[in-house]
Amino acid sequence: MNALKFIFSSLPADFSLPIIIVQHISAHSDNEWINLLNDKSNLTIKEADEKEKIACPTEQSFGRETGNVYIAPANYHLLIESDKTFSLTIDEYVNFARPSIDVLFESAAESYKHKLIGIVLTGSNNDGAKGIKRIKEYGGLAIIQDPETAESPTMPASAIAAIEPDYILSLEKIIELLIKLNNPTITQTKIS
Amino acid sequence: MKSEHISELEISLLLEAIYQKYGYDFRQYSKAHIHRRIRNRMALSGLEDVSQIQSKVLKDETFAYELLQDLSITVTEMFRDKDFYKSLRENVIPILKTYPFIKIWHAGCATGEEAYSMAIIMQEEGLYDRATIYATDFNQHALNRAKEGVFSNTMMKEYTANYQLSGGKESFSDYYTSSYGNAIMNQSLKKNIVWANHNLVTDSVFAEVHLILCRNVLIYFDVDLQNKVQKLFYESLINGGILCLGSKEGLRFTDFCEKYTELDKKQKVFKKKY
Repeated sequence: MNALKFIFSSLPADFSLPIIIVQHISAHSDNEWINLLNDKSNLTIKEADEKEKIACPTEQSFGRETGNVYIAPANYHLLIESDKTFSLTIDEYVNFARPSIDVLFESAAESYKHKLIGIVLTGSNNDGAKGIKRIKEYGGLAIIQDPETAESPTMPASAIAAIEPDYILSLEKIIELLIKLNNPTITQTKIS
Repeated sequence: MKSEHISELEISLLLEAIYQKYGYDFRQYSKAHIHRRIRNRMALSGLEDVSQIQSKVLKDETFAYELLQDLSITVTEMFRDKDFYKSLRENVIPILKTYPFIKIWHAGCATGEEAYSMAIIMQEEGLYDRATIYATDFNQHALNRAKEGVFSNTMMKEYTANYQLSGGKESFSDYYTSSYGNAIMNQSLKKNIVWANHNLVTDSVFAEVHLILCRNVLIYFDVDLQNKVQKLFYESLINGGILCLGSKEGLRFTDFCEKYTELDKKQKVFKKKY
């Protein structure tokens, strides 16, 4: 949660790439933490709605307009359809988690193919490792938080063990890289 | 292309094959969901591509049955979403009390946990004896388990907490008997529940009801199929009847948005307009 707070209070208002997030959170959690995150950010941060279309920047708006940040609802898995809309499921827990990062990453990889950035941040189990592998298989970019800089190193370390990441960086450097990638000449979507 | 990269065409051919051979129609389910479940089944059964699955499904009924279980989600809980059940007691029960008899439809009841939750509430509110609860699902295996009403004691611990958080005031353990690590639901809860096989995708209206609960079923359907099922619900409800959806579901993308009033916007409780 601290990592997300840090990232979203740092990204500028002209950050156009849509971002989709899974945060492991209690099944009974309300949305107060999303509101708090939104209050501290230049971006629009909201819960992902069933069948909602993921806002995609156009060539004109890219690097000018603010993108949207979508968060997986508590107690549901979040998937992305090929038409870039969200689906929710209440399937079994995956890696003891619902929402699970693997579930999101795998379906995002199928939908966005190589136009996808997967980011694995701090966390205390190996959810995300299989998913980031799928993202790489489809030609996406993998960014992993340097485990030495993570509050909880297990999750980034598991991801690093599963693939050859494109970048292993501290949070500060991840933010710098994201801002660089938010450039009208590159069109990608990123997921954390 | 790598084998784990599933093509849309292969999937749609597989779903067509399942439909034509077995009559189960998954063609308008969420593609992302279907892909995930099929990929899981491929990994479990050591098959390399979707065409192999298709060939096996057509020849091997046991395998087809397994795949059917994969595609039909039976994850459910008693008193899932405490705030919903609170709202049910506060906003819906008073309306039900005005009817001399009450018909309730649990559409997509899976293994029955929500139907039992409803039965408990109806008993506590003194309405059970004039109620009929139709609990339906297309998955006969799940329906059989629902009918048995045997749940693991580990789960009952969680359900007890859910029950209490949702405003239940009785002793939850009075509703079942424990035996060999299992909880067997009381016969008195079962007697007015009618368990029936009904497929929301392919079957039609079977009763006129006062309340429909269909929670976390429509999330698996595409918009067109959601709309079709909403039509079925609309035609099954009496005027002034109540529709309860899952907390992340709604009528926003359907033709029926204007045909209901919101009794509880957040908990997705709707009342059919007269």
